Amino acid sequence: MSANMNAYLLVGAVLFVCGVICMATKRNGIGVLMGVELVLNGANINFVAFSRFSRLGLDGQVFSLFVIVLAAAEAAVALAIALNFYNNHLTIDVDRANKLKG
Amino acid sequence: MFAANSIAEYLDQNVAWLNGCGYWVAALIHALLLIHVFALSPFAFIWLERKVSGRIQDRLGPTRVGGLFGWLQSLADGIKLIQKEDLCPPAADSMLFRSAPYIVCVASFAVFMVLPFSHGWVAVAADCGLFILLAILSLEVFGIILAGYSSGSKWSLFGGMREAAQMVSYEIPLAICALIPVIAAGSLNLGEIGEMQRGGFWNWFVFHDPFTFFAFFVYFVVATASCKRAPFDLAEAESELVGGFHTEYSGMRWSFFFMGEYASMFAVCGVASVLFLGGWNTGLPFLDDALSSARLNGATGAGPWAAGYLANVLGAFVFVTKASFGVFVQVWLRWTLPRLRIDQVITTCLKYLVPISCFLFLGATVWPLVLLQVSQTTTLTAPLGDRFGGALGEARLRGSVPAASVSRAQAASVSVSSVGEVAR
Amino acid sequence: MTGHSFLFTVFALSTCLSAIAVVISQTVVRMAFWLIISLGSTSALFFLADADFVGAAQLLIYVGGTLVLLVFGVMLTASGPYLKIATAPGETIIAGLAGLMFLMIVFGSIQAVDWTGGSAPEVSRQRDVASAVSSGNTLRPIGLSLLGLRVDGASDSDGGIEAPGYLLPFEIVSVHLLVVLIGSAYLARAKRSRQSAGGNVSVA
Repeated sequence: MSANMNAYLLVGAVLFVCGVICMATKRNGIGVLMGVELVLNGANINFVAFSRFSRLGLDGQVFSLFVIVLAAAEAAVALAIALNFYNNHLTIDVDRANKLKG
Repeated sequence: MFAANSIAEYLDQNVAWLNGCGYWVAALIHALLLIHVFALSPFAFIWLERKVSGRIQDRLGPTRVGGLFGWLQSLADGIKLIQKEDLCPPAADSMLFRSAPYIVCVASFAVFMVLPFSHGWVAVAADCGLFILLAILSLEVFGIILAGYSSGSKWSLFGGMREAAQMVSYEIPLAICALIPVIAAGSLNLGEIGEMQRGGFWNWFVFHDPFTFFAFFVYFVVATASCKRAPFDLAEAESELVGGFHTEYSGMRWSFFFMGEYASMFAVCGVASVLFLGGWNTGLPFLDDALSSARLNGATGAGPWAAGYLANVLGAFVFVTKASFGVFVQVWLRWTLPRLRIDQVITTCLKYLVPISCFLFLGATVWPLVLLQVSQTTTLTAPLGDRFGGALGEARLRGSVPAASVSRAQAASVSVSSVGEVAR
Repeated sequence: MTGHSFLFTVFALSTCLSAIAVVISQTVVRMAFWLIISLGSTSALFFLADADFVGAAQLLIYVGGTLVLLVFGVMLTASGPYLKIATAPGETIIAGLAGLMFLMIVFGSIQAVDWTGGSAPEVSRQRDVASAVSSGNTLRPIGLSLLGLRVDGASDSDGGIEAPGYLLPFEIVSVHLLVVLIGSAYLARAKRSRQSAGGNVSVA
């Protein structure tokens, strides 16, 4: 496999799909979070690949920097929510969050 | 990306039978050299630790192995550890338990990739070398956390959690303090930063302005904590946690943690010496000038090649001496100060070190502008532009720095002065 | 096969395989371990794509910061050792099939699009900056563009007009981070748990 644009995009696609499956199937709240991280990384790989192989120039790299920073912020908030959830339910199983079901 | 370029080009041009594989051979040479640094520095420092602790406690320390001063003691320790059984407790998650020591080792080994040992002696001369170095240093904590969690023992779990909390907090002041000399230098490239401090110890960034002076000491404290050395070694507090995160480890895997620890001590002290203490520069103006002209002549072919090489060897010797002195101070601290409590460790970081380092950071940012107002110059010691331009110009001669970064640097210094104008 | 593409293959494989391992693993700590490998290899891919600064930021922020935080969260929320919350096998199969189909669609569209078409005229980059960028020294161009100053000379299709920098997004992200810092500290602070009789469940 030579390192051209398609190869990078394929790696990004695999990461994205793995992340989506992870978000869909994991019942552990933190596992869902890890799926989100994978998805964001797939997007990042695409940004960097476009920055390297197309006319995008540095824009792609700056975008992926913003994505990394915002992912860190998202993880911090989501973790705080998960801790709160654990404090209230004594489990991290997201299927147990059914109080609003009625 | 690899600065192995010089060796690679040399091999490609002069050694025919490699037919184009010079790049790989050069990479291999770099890796082999660095592995030896990584393996030998713990070897020396473990001996140092035993000897210094012995002397501090009014003992002799090791005296037998290897004759004088017991200097082969570390080898004897190593042989003993290899012979031990490789245990994995039944309660442990065996895959994570077995791979955790490798993460520690790989992370602290990879730090040496971007650490310059002398003028141009660096495996990867990246433009953002310091940033990469800090990033790799922050990976080491993972091995510790995984080891603590996967051991299946409450002592290890406590050790791992303490380490996680401590490292997440101490990374912040570490990065901020490392950035303070970067403000003075205007570059993240460790090679450039080291070269800027040439010509007398008053050019070292520790004496650049009052803020970098205090930042050096804050950096050293934080670096000690980030290597989990006493008085911050809560992760392995043996009086309360048996062995902390490495309670369940034995033999070689146990010693991997300690190789990683001593190597990263050397690495953070090496960073301190490049950032604050002049790196490979001797601090004596005539010696520095002679060495750098020998290097320049050797590189351009105007003088003997061997003289330039010897100048670099001397530079590496100076660098290793400075870094080893830092390690010695860390060892000295360990056997002198009592261990803090975990809440005191976190309080020290979040309530004192982070605000102090933020204040120093702000101060270092404002300092050149204030100086500009007061005395029409941006530094007290030597005009920064001259040193900056000189170092870069020389690097450009060697062909390692593209012209762009020179012009960028000049643009940056121009923009700093224009900010000064606006502020006025 | 050149050295570059060999390294790319190694790191691409390790990225993809560990991402798949994240999906397959059952215990959450193993997921975290594979995620570390995956994200670390991703940063190696960034280095290979001449994006040194982004690669280092990935290592520092993602692997060294976010993932440590996640593992910390795993430790704080585990009600027993090696907590396993199993997924029903039916769900796994359906999700796997759906994911595979989605992957096929994405693969097909990636192969179908001619990505080289737009990049033919490599316009008006200053040559020295372009060479610096292509050797991975993107630090100063990125830093200056975050200050609102574009030095890589990317111009509009009309030519001449400098593309804008990123000062405003940079400031917004900074404020955003501050808000997040305060907000998550508020959310995660120790509260009285209903189940534990009187004692504080400490979370930090």
